[in-house]
Amino acid sequence: MKEVGSINTVEMKNISKSFFGTRVLKDVNFSVRPGEVHALAGENGAGKSTLMKILQGVYTMDSGEITVAGNPVVINSFQDAQNFGIGMVFQEFSLIPELSVAQNIYLNREPKNKLGLITDAGSAASAEKVLKSVGIEIDVTAKVSSLSRAYQQLTEIAKAIAAEAKILILDEPTASLAKHEVDALFKVLKQLTSSGVSIIYISHRMDEIYQICDRITILRDGNLVATESLQDITPHDVIAHITGRKDVEMLSHDGHQINRSSTPTLKVENLVAGNRVKNVSLDLYKGEILGLAGLMGSGRTEILRAIFGLDKKSSGKLFLNGDEVSIKNPRDAKNSGLAFIPEDRRRQGLVMEHSVSANILAANLEKLSHLSFLNFEKIKEFSATAITDFEIRPPEASRQVKLLSGGNQQKVVIAKWVATNPSIILMDEPTVGVDIGTKVEIMKLVRSLAAKGNSIILVSSELPELLGVCDRILIIKDGEIRDEISRQDVRDEDHLQLMVQGISA
Amino acid sequence: MNIKSLIRFDWRSSFIYWMFALIFLFFALLLHNDGFLGPNNLLNIFRQTATISVMAVAMTFVIACAEIDLSIGGVAGLSSVVVALMIRDHGAVAGVCAGLGVGLIVGTANGLLVSRIGIPSFLVTLGMQGVAVGTAALITDYAPIPILNDSFNRIFGSGSIGKFPSVIFWSFSAVLIGWITLTRTTLGRRILATGGNRDAAEFNGIDTKRIKFTVLLISSTVAAIAGMIYAGRLQTGRYEWGAGDELSAIAAVILGGTSLFGGGGTIIGTLFGALLVGLINNGLILAGLPVSEQQIIRGLIIILAVALAKKK
Repeated sequence: MKEVGSINTVEMKNISKSFFGTRVLKDVNFSVRPGEVHALAGENGAGKSTLMKILQGVYTMDSGEITVAGNPVVINSFQDAQNFGIGMVFQEFSLIPELSVAQNIYLNREPKNKLGLITDAGSAASAEKVLKSVGIEIDVTAKVSSLSRAYQQLTEIAKAIAAEAKILILDEPTASLAKHEVDALFKVLKQLTSSGVSIIYISHRMDEIYQICDRITILRDGNLVATESLQDITPHDVIAHITGRKDVEMLSHDGHQINRSSTPTLKVENLVAGNRVKNVSLDLYKGEILGLAGLMGSGRTEILRAIFGLDKKSSGKLFLNGDEVSIKNPRDAKNSGLAFIPEDRRRQGLVMEHSVSANILAANLEKLSHLSFLNFEKIKEFSATAITDFEIRPPEASRQVKLLSGGNQQKVVIAKWVATNPSIILMDEPTVGVDIGTKVEIMKLVRSLAAKGNSIILVSSELPELLGVCDRILIIKDGEIRDEISRQDVRDEDHLQLMVQGISA
Repeated sequence: MNIKSLIRFDWRSSFIYWMFALIFLFFALLLHNDGFLGPNNLLNIFRQTATISVMAVAMTFVIACAEIDLSIGGVAGLSSVVVALMIRDHGAVAGVCAGLGVGLIVGTANGLLVSRIGIPSFLVTLGMQGVAVGTAALITDYAPIPILNDSFNRIFGSGSIGKFPSVIFWSFSAVLIGWITLTRTTLGRRILATGGNRDAAEFNGIDTKRIKFTVLLISSTVAAIAGMIYAGRLQTGRYEWGAGDELSAIAAVILGGTSLFGGGGTIIGTLFGALLVGLINNGLILAGLPVSEQQIIRGLIIILAVALAKKK
């Protein structure tokens, strides 16, 4: 028999998985040692989350083998995973807001007294013990809804530990945490690993990976690219592995020129909003596409939201073509000629049950009605034009939006807003969940909008996209603009990635 | 964080007690010459709210689970006539069994339609309300059915234990059992989890469909018991008993501080909510207002109270 320490906590061998004939994982090997923090890195769509979902029993693998502590296992459900000691720290799913920390930690396996009744004092005491063992200080009787995101996350971790998890999966755990909260989280993780718990750490943040992780596994396009000790690999090489020095030619920049001597279309001065937008100033010129690059949680989205009046601004000024404007809510923004293409089109952008035509007309009701009565002749014409202009497929105005592909849904959102004749379009991750072909179409659309004189601010995690269309890129970190770079001055994707990571190239 | 939670004044959960005290004081001052404070009148308030408080306790579970049951008034009426008919023909034991059977059958139907087929409980129970009332009217041809069995009438509301009317024991048992179930049993915890965040509850291995089925079954069965209390107190079964009680019960639950969106619930709050509704009814009757004005004022007070309770 081998020594316990030499057996991997979890080993995934030759894992393959296809969806609808597309291979998303190809013979991937991944193993985690006891007490290590193992980073899992790769671009969106590289296969990280598929791999983790297989480990949690959400997806079934097509082929391959999983062993836990050396024993082959079959994981068919989330419950199975839990029984094998695999715990997932969810971003938002698994806590009941109205119950206390202790009640959540022991949910559905509450300690009981002799009469078979739940004893909250009992669960509070046990929860206290668990929290203490991992160095988390939370009032166990506090309602989860009263806790900050960071403490909710720590509660999730405590819950997994109380369920005797031997391996914890953390997916972008720091995305919504402040610096001191990240430090507290890392302290807890250190404490856990010293007691033999293994951690799979999914993150885009290179600095954190180097700070907390022991090894890294990098996936690209469903393939295993590398598994290395972080002592043996430079950040530059990690990024090179992640991006694969991908061809960005399909979206090569057309180098169109912007006249920056005129008054900017939009000027933002010292904008402060919430705790995620700190003193942001920027200028946006006519026909310009300005990229905001930064990691998830850097404040990119919040900058757009604050400009558009979705979040309250605590201070700062906005100028449109030189005149100061006050935008207190999205209605003001719309009336001032702004449009916002939100990140989550299913929830924020569209009514999924409604037709293409109904969705497009939602933002243009005034234009398409007379004395509150809808003009159906005009609506028909209007939707037909939008469908042709934006190449929405299939070209049926009456089709329910939920039956369209992700890319075509996004085109409907864009069509709807462009029809309001905005001069400034704010776009938040317009190509999330869109297939590669349509991605290119959407980026071309963005370009053509700019060519017609619209000014665009584009937030994207896909650096090739930013490189493909932006004239200027602002690097955002912790709610501030850290750097500004002209498209011509970016050497390649790696160069931009290093800037986003805050590592000087 | 401990200190914070101590000094944080929880307006929502303590609101009902302030409101109750305020309205009680108001009627006490206004109506002290009309016998409002007399022990008989105070007992009367309890007696009149007994059926509502019994149903409201069960409704707390339903609402905490983020569902609704609009059929309880109809179930109470149907149960009252089935009990009366069965007692007439087969005796008290058969009557009670048949009454409970009504609750179990309707509850099972509601529960299956909501949890298995996925029809919103609002619609299922709205329809079931009509079915129950209609059936009750049909089998009695709209006529009241007298109940001549004394022991049944004594146990279910007409009698008293010592000085206290027996209906009060029904409502206090309901509150006690409800309170223990909600705060101290796994069922209660699973109901709160299901209503609070269904996805999360599923991830914790809770069979949320079964929980939804269970709350609707409880609600109907309890409504059938309330129907028997009506039958015993009024010594008659009639299809109209319980009409509109679903709204009073929902008002009691919401006034008591349970969120209409599920996830939280307080049985003691519900009891006071029911008593508040009873208090308002009693005060308005004593004040000698005509029924039309009573209805208007009662409606306005409830809207106002819920609006105030929502304030943060």
